[in-house]
Amino acid sequence: MTLKNKNLKITPLHQIHKGLNSRMVPFAGWEMPVQYTGVIDEHLAVRKSCGLFDVSHMGEIEISGPKAIEAVQSVTTNDASELKDGQVQYTLICYPNGGVVDDVTLYKFSDTRYMFCVNASNTEKDFNWIKENAGNIAEVKNVSNDFGQIAVQGPLSQEILQNTCNLDLSLIRYYRFQQGNIAGVDAIISRTGYTGEDGFEIYMPWDKTIDIWHGLMEAGGKFGIKPVGLGARDTLRLEMGFPLYGNELNENTTPLEAGLHRFVKLDKQYFIGKGALEKQAKQGIDKKLVGLEMSESGIPRSHYKILAKGAAAGEITSGTMSPFLGKAIGMGYVAPEFSSIGTELKVEIRNKMVSAMVVKTPFYIRNMAVKAAN
Amino acid sequence: MEFPKDVRYTKEHEWVRVEGNVATVGVTDYAQDSLGDVVYLELPGDGAAVTKDETFGVVESVKAVSDLYSPISGAVIEINDALVDSPEVINDDPYGDAWMLKVEMSAPAELKELLTADEYKKYVEEEK
Repeated sequence: MTLKNKNLKITPLHQIHKGLNSRMVPFAGWEMPVQYTGVIDEHLAVRKSCGLFDVSHMGEIEISGPKAIEAVQSVTTNDASELKDGQVQYTLICYPNGGVVDDVTLYKFSDTRYMFCVNASNTEKDFNWIKENAGNIAEVKNVSNDFGQIAVQGPLSQEILQNTCNLDLSLIRYYRFQQGNIAGVDAIISRTGYTGEDGFEIYMPWDKTIDIWHGLMEAGGKFGIKPVGLGARDTLRLEMGFPLYGNELNENTTPLEAGLHRFVKLDKQYFIGKGALEKQAKQGIDKKLVGLEMSESGIPRSHYKILAKGAAAGEITSGTMSPFLGKAIGMGYVAPEFSSIGTELKVEIRNKMVSAMVVKTPFYIRNMAVKAAN
Repeated sequence: MEFPKDVRYTKEHEWVRVEGNVATVGVTDYAQDSLGDVVYLELPGDGAAVTKDETFGVVESVKAVSDLYSPISGAVIEINDALVDSPEVINDDPYGDAWMLKVEMSAPAELKELLTADEYKKYVEEEK
């Protein structure tokens, strides 16, 4: 274990995490809390009440100017032309060969101003890529250092946030955002998240992040709000079957292989990677992302081999013991002939072939925890 | 963090409690704390041979997989089946209910190479 975290960037909440006795780990060049009280405890808090995440490490890239929409359209697979002001869209940035540069959310402020929220590990790469490919038609700015970000996730998120926010949050629909005020701080409040529960992602000035964190912890105290680290962030997204860049997505996988067809609009006039993805859509894919549930004892982990009928069929990309379901689950790429729901496969775990089955994702359905408690 | 005096320790964070020629083996409080929530445990079968400093099983937390190293050599005479079914007990009671194996030692002299509670405590503090 290496605990000498030199040259790592820290978020505005670093001292708070330390004060909470969190375990800090290096992640994408940042020193981040992986857990506070424990991954399972934090995971279940998000499923049943509410969790607070410091996601200030994530990057923000602003695209502005009269031709901002053209710039956005040229570097993304989804169609941003129909977006209204205050709307958010999940989209992908691809290389000409269809491989993924990053999966991102796109915020539309106005016809002349958009913002990407990008994976921390990819911020520099994305900024350079967008600038290189669209910098001649719009202004591209890396504003990551201007924004802190906090995610409030869980069934009680709205109730808690409402206590400290000037907007009527019931009016902000899923994948919409508004600019408002939380705990005396102006912020962008977006009804989005990476957990499968209702919740909000809040962007605020870097040095005011701490005020909103305190405001939310105070407002959520009686509701059992808990700080949640990257460990539970990963298990929560995995129960939803959400891809994670670096695991399910990378430069050697395409959105079509990852099952993200809904976010690839091949009828768009142009975007980088369109030709390759059109060709793949026509000719078919060689590998497909599936959800797996273990039928025998064992936990699938990233890079474990998947076998079918005694022969290599693919590789696990993510896996864990699902804290809510209490089952070992995973995702991985397999040859398309082994991708149908119900297909029996083997996962090689420490030289043993352990039975697994292809299952539907998400593994978890929103509010399952609340319903189970009633 | 607990460092009971009635057991001996390895630098791989296992402990051994000796009664006669039988050694009971588990992982330390420091180990369970570092692992986080333990969700899976794999142990050898009854009668299996274990060798000092070689792996005898695997423990998995939500996030990570860790090998278990045997502190001593010998034959496994009993495994804690209940712990395999409820590995989270490792987090709750590492030196008690979370014992893993009982081993009939083949080379009890190996015990001398293990750390005392004070030595292990010092080792852990340096590792932090």
